[in-house]
Amino acid sequence: MNNNETFEPVIIGFTCNWCSYRAADTAGTARVKYAPNIRLIRLMCSGRLDPTFVLKALANGADAVLITGCHPGDCHYVEQNYKALRRFHLLKRVLTQMGIEPGRLKLVWASAAEGAILAAEFDKFINEVRALGPLNWPLQEQKTFSTPTLAEVAA
Amino acid sequence: MSEKIGVYVCHCGTNIAGIVNVEEVSQWAGSRLKDRGVVIARDYKFMCSSLGQELIEKDIKELGLTRVVVAACSPHLHERTFRTACERAGLNPYLCELVSIREHVSWVHTDKIAATAKAEAVLSGGVERVIHNEPLEPLKVPIHPDSLVVGGGIAGIQAALELADGGNHVYLVEREPSIGGHMAQFDKTFPTLDCSACILTPRMVQVGNHPNITLLTWSEVTKVDGYVGNFEVSLKKKARYVNTELCTGCGICVEKCPKKVVDDIFEVGMAKRKVVYMPFPQAVPNFPVIDAPNCTFFQKGTCKACEKFCPTNAIDFNQKDEDITVKVGNIVLATGYDLFNPQRIPQYGYGRLENIYTSLEFERLCNASGPTGGNIVLKDGVTPPKTVGIVHCVGSRDQNYNGYCSAICCMQSIKFAHLVHERTGADIYNFYIDIRTPGKSYEEFYQRVLDEGTHFVRGKVAEVTDVARSPEEEGKLIIQVEDTLIGKQRRIPVDMVILSAGLEPRHDAKEIGKLFGIACSADGWYIERHPKLDPIATMTEGVYIAGCVQGPKDIPATVAQGAAAAARIQGKIQQGEITLEPIRASINEDQCSGCRICNDLCPFNAILFHEDLAVSEINAALCQGCGTCVAACPAGAISGTGFSNEQVLAQIEGLLLRNIEKIESNKVPV
Repeated sequence: MNNNETFEPVIIGFTCNWCSYRAADTAGTARVKYAPNIRLIRLMCSGRLDPTFVLKALANGADAVLITGCHPGDCHYVEQNYKALRRFHLLKRVLTQMGIEPGRLKLVWASAAEGAILAAEFDKFINEVRALGPLNWPLQEQKTFSTPTLAEVAA
Repeated sequence: MSEKIGVYVCHCGTNIAGIVNVEEVSQWAGSRLKDRGVVIARDYKFMCSSLGQELIEKDIKELGLTRVVVAACSPHLHERTFRTACERAGLNPYLCELVSIREHVSWVHTDKIAATAKAEAVLSGGVERVIHNEPLEPLKVPIHPDSLVVGGGIAGIQAALELADGGNHVYLVEREPSIGGHMAQFDKTFPTLDCSACILTPRMVQVGNHPNITLLTWSEVTKVDGYVGNFEVSLKKKARYVNTELCTGCGICVEKCPKKVVDDIFEVGMAKRKVVYMPFPQAVPNFPVIDAPNCTFFQKGTCKACEKFCPTNAIDFNQKDEDITVKVGNIVLATGYDLFNPQRIPQYGYGRLENIYTSLEFERLCNASGPTGGNIVLKDGVTPPKTVGIVHCVGSRDQNYNGYCSAICCMQSIKFAHLVHERTGADIYNFYIDIRTPGKSYEEFYQRVLDEGTHFVRGKVAEVTDVARSPEEEGKLIIQVEDTLIGKQRRIPVDMVILSAGLEPRHDAKEIGKLFGIACSADGWYIERHPKLDPIATMTEGVYIAGCVQGPKDIPATVAQGAAAAARIQGKIQQGEITLEPIRASINEDQCSGCRICNDLCPFNAILFHEDLAVSEINAALCQGCGTCVAACPAGAISGTGFSNEQVLAQIEGLLLRNIEKIESNKVPV
C-alpha cells in the first residue's frame, strides 16, 4: 500500500431490515451527509448476525465492522436484538484475544426515525477507525505449513 | 454452471446520476463482473417506470437471464416492483435483488468519485449475493373465518360490529363484567358535548344482541397458540356466581345486598357499590356479578341475601371458572389505556389534599349516574366551588414522567372548563403549556370556552398547596404557577383542582403483549407495523391493534382504527387463504444434533423438539424469519431462506471486491 495516501478505512455495517436499515434510508431521504467509508448489508434482524460474518468481513479487507439494530425493547421480532447484544460482547472478547483492537467492532442501536443520529454515528465510527489505522493481516509473514511425512512422525 | 445475471443501474433522474456516474458503474459491471456471470449491464433514467421494467422483462426472455440485480432506490420502495416484473417475464421473483445506491450513496455523499466507487462496491455485493438466491415460493395458509377482539371499549366494539355486520363470527372478550370501557365513564364528549353513554350504549346493545357476536365478559385470554389464520386461543371465563340463563337483570339482589365496598374500577374510588353489583346501569350484558373476595358468604359462610331474594333462583354460589378454547383466524387487541397516577407528582397534592381530582374522577363527578348525581360540588357533597383550577399536562410532556403528549387532555380540560361554567358559574383557570386542538371543530370549541370567560394561564403548575400566605388564601388550595406570558409568578387560590392526567399504556400491557407475540415501544404502547402507513397492523401477522393501545388518541380516531382493523381482517377472510413471505428458517434434520440451543431463542415459539427423533423442527408458518436460530446453530444445521449464510458471506465478498483484489495482489506466493 502506498504510504503517501491518507488511509481511508473500509467499514462493513450490518443493519436490520426494520429499524437501522430504515434509519439509513431516513438519513438518505433527509439528505444527511456522511463519509462514504461504510458499506451496508441488510439482514432481517440484528439477531441474524452470525459472528462468522464479522470475521469474514475483517478477513476480506474491512478495517472495522459496525453492528446496528433496533433499540432494546423495540425489536420487530420481540427480543432478538438482546441476543445480538450477547453475541457482540462475546465476539469483542474473542477478537481482542486474536489481536484485533476492540475499537474495530461497534454496536449501535437506531430506530427507523433516527436517520440523522445514525449518520452521526457512522461518521463518528469512521473517524475512530481512521485513527486506529488499517487492519493489517500479516499475510506476508505467514510461515509455510507442510504436512509431516510418515517417517518424521514415526521416528 | 454459472448464472446469467442482468444488471440494471438506475439514474433516478438526477437523484442518483447527479452524484454517481451511473454509466461508469454499468460499464464497470459489464466488464469487471463478467466472469462473475453478468451477461448484460444497462443504465436507464427511471428503472421503476413501465419502460424500465420492460427492459428487465425483455432481457429475461431474450437472453435467458437467471438472476437480476437492480441498483436504484431502497428495497423498501421498489423491491416488489422489480420482483413482480421478473415474475411477469417468467423468472422466480426471489431471484431478483434491489440494492440501494440512492438512499445509501447518492443522497448521503458529496464526493462523486468516492460515491461512484461505493456504488460499484454495493452493486458487486448484490451480484455476489444474488448468485446464491434460491427460487422461493410463498407459503399459503388457510384463514379461519372467526375473529377474536380483545377489549370491549369503543375500539373493540367498533371492530366487532364491523366484522359481525360483514357476516363473520366474532368473539368479543372483555375483562370487566360489562363492555363500554372508559367511554362509559365519561359524562360529555368533546366537542359536540354529546352525552357519552347516549352515543355509546346503542352500540353496546347492538353488540349484546348481534347474532354474529359471542360476548364473553368477565373473561380473560390466558394463552394464544398457533399462527395467522389458525390461532387457538385459551380463555378463562371467570365465575359470576350468577346463572345467566335464569337471570332477568331485575336488580333485586343488588338492592338486598347488605355490604358496600369502594368501587375502584368504574367509579374510580369516588363511590361505593354493593358486593353483588352491576358495574353501571346500562351494563351489557345486563347481569350482575358477585365480588367474591369481599362477599360475606365466600369469606364467612353467612348472608346469602341475594340468593334468598332472587325471584328466578339465578344465584349460584357453586359456579366455577370456565376454561374455553376458541379457534380464530385473526385477533384485534383493543385493551385501551390506564391513567397516569398523579400521586407520582407529590407537589400537586393529589391523594393528600382534598378536592383535587383526576380527569376520570371529575368525569364521574359530572356524570348524572355518578356519586353526586352530576352536581359539581366539593368533598362535603353540598357546596359548589367558586373557583376551579384545571391543570393540563399532568404526567405528560414531562421528561420526569412521560415525554409524549397525551393528545386528548387539552380538549378534555377545555370541556371541563365549559361544564364547570355551565353548572356552577365558578371562576375557572386553565393552566397549559400549549393548547392542542387539532380535530374537527376543536379550535371553535376552545374559542367558545374563551368567550365564556375562562382564564387561560400559560405556565406549568409548580405546586398545589394548602399553606396560605395571606388571608385570602386561607382554607383554599393555592396554585403556584409562573404566568410565562407576563413573566410573573402567580399564586391563585381555588376551591377545586382538576388534574388532566396523561394517558398511559395498561399497566400489564407488556405481559398481555407477550401472550400475543407483539412488542411494546419504549413508552409502553404497542408497536405498529408502520407509524405512518400501517398503524393498526403489528409485526405479527394476524394480530392487529386498535385504539389507545397504539397511542393516545380521541374517540373518532379510535373508532376509525377499530373499523380499519375489521376491514383488514375482512379482506383476509374473503381471500380464504393468506400468503406469507417465504423468508423462513428450516432445520436440516440430518445435521441437527439435538442440542436445543435454538429452541429457547425463538420469540414466536416456532421451534419444537421431537423427543423421539432427538431433533428440532421449525414450524414454517409460525416462523417470522428473524434468523436468530440460523446464527446460533453450532452445527450449522439451520438455513434461512432469503438471508442464507451463503448469500450474506457472498455479499460481504462482493462489497469488499476491491479490497480483496488489494490483499490478493499483496500476497507473497508461498
